[in-house]
Amino acid sequence: MIKRLFLAALLLVGMAVAGCGDSRSHSNAVYMLVDTSGTYAQEAGKAQLIINYLLGTLTAGDSLMVARVTSRSFSEKDIIAKATFDSRPSQANAQKRAFKDQIDAYVKTVRGTAYTDITGGLIQGAQFLNETGAGTKTIIIFSDMQEELDKATVRNFPISLKNIRIIAVNVVKLKTDNIDPRRYLGRLDAWQKRVEGAGASEWRVINDLERLDAIFSKS
Amino acid sequence: MTGSEYWMVWPANTAVSVLVVLLVAMAFLYAARKPVHHLIGSLGFLISGPLRIGARWLLAAANDMTQRNKAVLLAHGRQEVEQRIEREFERLGAMVTRDLQGYPALQRKLLDEITRVEEDYKKCGEVPPPPPEWVEAVTAMANVKSTGNEMVQKVLGEINRSVTSIHDKALADYRRAYETRHKILEGFMPFWRSLDKTMAQVDKKLTGLQSSTAAVDAHMEKFEQINAKTDKAEHALTVSAFTQFAIAFLVMAVASGGAFVNFKLIALPMSEMVGAGDYISSSLRTSEVAALVIIFVEASMGLFLMESLRITHLFPRIANLNEHMRHRMMWIALTLLVTLAGIEAALALMRDMLISDKQALLHSLATVQQAATDGWVARIPTAGQMLLGFILPFALAFIAIPLESLIYSTRTVGGVLLAGFVRTLAFVLRILGNLARRLSRVLINLYDVVIVLPLLIEHLVKAPRASAPGKSRRGADAEA
Repeated sequence: MIKRLFLAALLLVGMAVAGCGDSRSHSNAVYMLVDTSGTYAQEAGKAQLIINYLLGTLTAGDSLMVARVTSRSFSEKDIIAKATFDSRPSQANAQKRAFKDQIDAYVKTVRGTAYTDITGGLIQGAQFLNETGAGTKTIIIFSDMQEELDKATVRNFPISLKNIRIIAVNVVKLKTDNIDPRRYLGRLDAWQKRVEGAGASEWRVINDLERLDAIFSKS
Repeated sequence: MTGSEYWMVWPANTAVSVLVVLLVAMAFLYAARKPVHHLIGSLGFLISGPLRIGARWLLAAANDMTQRNKAVLLAHGRQEVEQRIEREFERLGAMVTRDLQGYPALQRKLLDEITRVEEDYKKCGEVPPPPPEWVEAVTAMANVKSTGNEMVQKVLGEINRSVTSIHDKALADYRRAYETRHKILEGFMPFWRSLDKTMAQVDKKLTGLQSSTAAVDAHMEKFEQINAKTDKAEHALTVSAFTQFAIAFLVMAVASGGAFVNFKLIALPMSEMVGAGDYISSSLRTSEVAALVIIFVEASMGLFLMESLRITHLFPRIANLNEHMRHRMMWIALTLLVTLAGIEAALALMRDMLISDKQALLHSLATVQQAATDGWVARIPTAGQMLLGFILPFALAFIAIPLESLIYSTRTVGGVLLAGFVRTLAFVLRILGNLARRLSRVLINLYDVVIVLPLLIEHLVKAPRASAPGKSRRGADAEA
């Protein structure tokens, strides 16, 4: 009788332990694409500000990756810095300091590229984010959203951005946009359709860098 | 004829058609009067019956609950008063032992002082010796008539001189004697004071004893009332329970505030131990649960400490432990509590360090430079947090006392409220039952109003029969 009771108690404890804990991931993973093509490379200082904001906002257990957008961005070589912050806050702070140093070093040596492969960066970002298994996955595109590809680069195929939030930041207006604003609006519409068609959970544009808190706010 | 005119007897004349239909309907309704009355009455009874039964059952249950509550309340009150009387007797015993132990010495001192005062008083009573007998001779000599004899005058002069000197000497002796008596009387003062002080001391002790016995009397009266199960005792105990409940609730609310501050102090540093990324539920971090567990463990240790100190009596098993085991348990609980308090102080320090580190990181990320702060001023919050972290577990330990009051008073308060609720429910059911019955009667009357025409005819037909001679005579006979 006692043995049965003991087994029942053990079973109950086991069930309680198994039931205890939320298996869903509550961590954030952010992949930031920094456009360095042409004149936009001059905006790198602003990108640094956004990265600093992300470092200050992301908590222990979250992941942050920063990659540059080059002529062909679907490459690990374009990743400037990446880190999954330790679950201990003190260790996470140390990692953030190291991350900041890497970004600072990159900003000093940034050089402009001939073409702008945003799609390649998105594909790579989606892959990395899915590997983290984070609960909330976000790709931040720091670019004017004007994609320019060389003739050899192929990007006109369907991509998957399922359950990923896409946020375009600092989408500056080009000279041609000033002549005809429909070009700018049309460009943004085209990107929205493309990412939403690829399964993105959200599309957002943030041009005011004072409103960066909108990066993590749910729409 | 349209679809809506199918019921018209004379489609051309609506009023006549309506009238005919009404008359026919009335005839049918009149014919069905008794069964319909019976049906409505049955329906009313069908609804009101169970409601009234339910009301009666609830009322009986409420009375039963009240009786049970009363029994529990009186038993608890009896136990409490017994304990109080026991404590009062213990106090009284201690007081009697303490005061009457020194009473023989006090009495001896008093007697000594009284004897001494008496002796001194007797000394004061000694009068100076009476004048010598020769005073009478001098009086006789003074009565001798002066004849102008020189010899006699000389003798009288000598006698006058001698008497004057003796008088002066006697007066001086008399004054000295008085002076001595005054000195003795002056020497009385400290003894009087001591006597007065001793008497005041005796009076104070006796008054204390008297007030304690008065308190015992009051408790005994209460105890007798509880034993007699009087309504007064029940009412007093109920009011006392409500007051206890309110006070305990208030104290528990304050303690909850303390626990919340405690939680805030250790939740962040706990993430350093168990990790910040684990979640129990969508909004509850594992580190927060760990912090809560620590606080609950501290409260439990405080509870065990209070139990082993016999301040609270929530666990009979602990109260029944022998002295040796109880002491051992008390020391174990105290040691664990001190250890946890130490851990909390360390966690509070770690919290401060983590916040400082985070601040430093944010400042390094921001473009604005960090403002310089004074060294010792910046340490005040750290010291305050550590102190709070160490003190709060001990403060939380005292939750056991209001918790016990809350548990015991909740039984009474909950019982009274539940009985009140059941009574109210019974009242509502009774009202609904009565309403259903009355409604059925109203419906019956309403039915009769609808068929008023046939009823009038019936009345007109039956009236002559009722007023017939035979019938009236029969009626008169019946009345007689």
